[in-house]
Amino acid sequence: MAETASGNKALFVEEPLIFEQGDDATSGVDLPAPPTVKNRLGGLEREGRIGLPGLAEPEVVRHYLRLSQRNYSIDGGFYPLGSCTMKYNPRLNEKMARLKGLGDLHPLQPMSTVQGALELIDTLAHWLKVLTGMPAVAMTPAAGAHGELTGLMTIRAAHEDRGDARKRVLVPESAHGTNPASAAACGYEVDPVPANDRGRVDLAALKAKLGPDVAALMLTNPNTCGLFETDILEIAAAVHGAGAYFYCDGANLNAIVGRVRPGDLGIDCMHMNLHKTFSTPHGGGGPGSGPVVLSAPLAPFAPLPYVVHGAEGFRLVEHYTESDAKPFGRVKGFHGQFGVFVRALAYMMSMGADGLRQVAEDAVLNANYLLARLSGDLTPSFEGPCMHEALFDDRFLKDTGVSTLDFAKALIDEGFHPMTMYFPLVVHGAMLMEPTETESKGTLDAYIASVKALAARAKAGEADYFHQAPVHSPRRRLDETAAARKPVLRWAK
Amino acid sequence: MRYLPLTDDDRRQMLAAIGVATVDELFRDVPAAARLPAPVDLPRHAGECAVERTLGAMARKNLSPSEVPCFLGAGIYRHHVPAAVDHLIQRGEFLTAYTPYQPEVSQGTLQYLFEFQTQVAMITGMEVANASMYDGATVCAEAVMMAARVSRRNRVVVSGGLHPHYLDVVRTYARFLGLDCVDLPPDWAGDEDLAPSIDGATACVAVQNPDFYGRVHDYSALAQRCQEAGALLVVTVTEPVSLGLLKPPGEMGADIVAAEGQGLGGAPSFGGPTVGLMAARNKFVRQLPGRLVGETVDVDGRRGYVLTLSTREQHIRREKATSNICTNSGLCALAFTIHLTLLGEHGFRQLAQLNHATAVSLADRLAKVPGIEVLNETYFNEFTLRLPKPGAGVVEALAERGILGGVPVSRFHPEREEVRNLMLVAASELTTEDDAAAFADALEEVL
Repeated sequence: MAETASGNKALFVEEPLIFEQGDDATSGVDLPAPPTVKNRLGGLEREGRIGLPGLAEPEVVRHYLRLSQRNYSIDGGFYPLGSCTMKYNPRLNEKMARLKGLGDLHPLQPMSTVQGALELIDTLAHWLKVLTGMPAVAMTPAAGAHGELTGLMTIRAAHEDRGDARKRVLVPESAHGTNPASAAACGYEVDPVPANDRGRVDLAALKAKLGPDVAALMLTNPNTCGLFETDILEIAAAVHGAGAYFYCDGANLNAIVGRVRPGDLGIDCMHMNLHKTFSTPHGGGGPGSGPVVLSAPLAPFAPLPYVVHGAEGFRLVEHYTESDAKPFGRVKGFHGQFGVFVRALAYMMSMGADGLRQVAEDAVLNANYLLARLSGDLTPSFEGPCMHEALFDDRFLKDTGVSTLDFAKALIDEGFHPMTMYFPLVVHGAMLMEPTETESKGTLDAYIASVKALAARAKAGEADYFHQAPVHSPRRRLDETAAARKPVLRWAK
Repeated sequence: MRYLPLTDDDRRQMLAAIGVATVDELFRDVPAAARLPAPVDLPRHAGECAVERTLGAMARKNLSPSEVPCFLGAGIYRHHVPAAVDHLIQRGEFLTAYTPYQPEVSQGTLQYLFEFQTQVAMITGMEVANASMYDGATVCAEAVMMAARVSRRNRVVVSGGLHPHYLDVVRTYARFLGLDCVDLPPDWAGDEDLAPSIDGATACVAVQNPDFYGRVHDYSALAQRCQEAGALLVVTVTEPVSLGLLKPPGEMGADIVAAEGQGLGGAPSFGGPTVGLMAARNKFVRQLPGRLVGETVDVDGRRGYVLTLSTREQHIRREKATSNICTNSGLCALAFTIHLTLLGEHGFRQLAQLNHATAVSLADRLAKVPGIEVLNETYFNEFTLRLPKPGAGVVEALAERGILGGVPVSRFHPEREEVRNLMLVAASELTTEDDAAAFADALEEVL
């Protein structure tokens, strides 16, 4: 194929950095001239140029539109990224978050002027508590990992309140990296728990590690192999028997929402990712929201602020002295990710109790359909059924010269976003596929056909095809080693 | 149900392909006692119309700041966001993409984050910036923890001019990590001296500019003092528009800048989500928390961008990572960078000047209201008033008159008698002459 003179390829137009386009004087915003006043900056005005490029509005719009065209997205195609719950993000959510009286509210208005906003937070909290069967929820954490940290701080505060300074947190080897990182940020030592050959926590190993210095077990359920922890009731009993708390990573709540309540499983504390289970957009990496449901023993230690309902309506409790509870502190400015709350509540109201139950059923059905249809071509890591995601390893690629990474890159050329690769760490060359409930059978069938064709190709000895892939994407494989060796993290003239 | 494409016929065919009779069989690993036989006790599914009605009713119970004169700030600032910003961030390719882990099909996100990092470094006067964090308060806490790692010391000194929420988050994080947090009392009077608190055990000093009460500082001497003691200087900025006019932290000798970016591109949204900005000296880059985008080339030699230095992060380093952060504020960072690109050098400076001039006019006008004293000698677009009566009651009375008049300092420090009559007032390019006149008149009535 001959290169074009411009380097462009029809709809794919190369786009330079803004710093390579603009100038000092142009602006895409028309502002009135400031009134003349005596300045009160105390002589601390900026001197010299900042270096920001200025572009006219049409240039700016074109720049970002072209950049947008270089992104894969859930709107544009199937995104089976395991553990990430890439479901459709309803546009009604966006409309609701922008309503006058919601999106434009200032967090420090007198509480009498934001009764509807506080009611909204209280309503969402109610839905989350009913869905999980838990008595309390801390609403302020900004994302999943932030929820983990908040949950562990709550646990540590509860232990310390009894004068019990426990030091260790048990974390299965299959856990998301955020789990051990959150435990460390909370001042805990991390002690890994191995998995058994069924992809579940090794119960005997867990029991052997439990002791009087263990503060909590952090367990993802369904776990990162896409499997429900069949021993969960016994795990909970053992954890409680040792005087520890049971933290559940709720990243995989989509598998059980409306069908199983974590509160019925002996869980003390669980964060939810509103940007996964409850459909708010990932936005290229955020913002998220990670409310944490709490059991009765942990509830008094939840962080500030929180909403209460009294005779004079709704009120935010913002200070340690305002209640009988023992809040451990504050984890974020203001009152939580309100804009994400609006979106999540719009979704939950749209789906309702019946629809959310159907969400879990269809998500699990879709994943098991992938597992069943691909098991003859790929190597499933564990016996099914799975929950909302299907885990394969790289045994089917043995001696083909094709790696999990190569296989994933070839999927890009097929028009699909790759699955999660090399996670969880407990199987070799992991491929974790999470289809979610918002994909049709037709989409799944098309994906299955591509995966089968690629598997056949790999087994037919076409390794070179995979090593070249992707060839149809806006960029081909990028040199990550060079990027890390001599980091260029900003534009410079 | 409109978000679920599977038909009953699809479901039957799929169950047959799997080899089970019912979907219940797929849940057989769940202990029988924990399987709910029916939907939980919540309303059933609803159409768009019904959801809009319910949420619309909640929205109407609030007093919308877009519809009344509003002078609220204290960490969240109302600005005019150009129409193109909200249009562009709602493009599905930006809105519904995940973290750019597959760079070949994520160059859009990666390039705008690279541009964002460059803009943040430029306006703060720092060498390097990350790809965003949750909000200003959590960046401040991360900055303090980073300073402790870099200096290998565990005492942090926090100015009484820092936003009280930021202080509370720093205090909370520090406590669990075993850091000793020396926090000075609220510096409403502006006479704090941090130097005596700095010694050979100090990891960092955290200050804010303009401070919580609006005063503008030159921290150059403090930076010098920190450097002599081997401590880092963390400068917090809660209003990014101020950086269009004020000497940036980098030029004062800041080691780390922790900032809230909401004032550019972001809606107030009742306080969240917003975008935390973090910038630092280049020599600390491997201790930075959060994601970093770097430039590289693809196999055909074409320029492209990737997430880089990931060995700092939790998905690689687990408990040894520099932070537990994963999801950050990508979409808010996009709004920030588009707004700043639209403004450009000229527009950004002009916006800052307009904010300052509007605040000066407002302060001069309010100073003439009997009983009111403007405490600040210096400020950018927010200043502190001393009222003849408690601020909490005054803002309620103003709200009854349809004016969101300011933030009583007692909202943050209800226990402190000395701040009861203080009120923070912010102005911006959205403040009109009529707004200012209505505010002054209403204050005269209320006081």
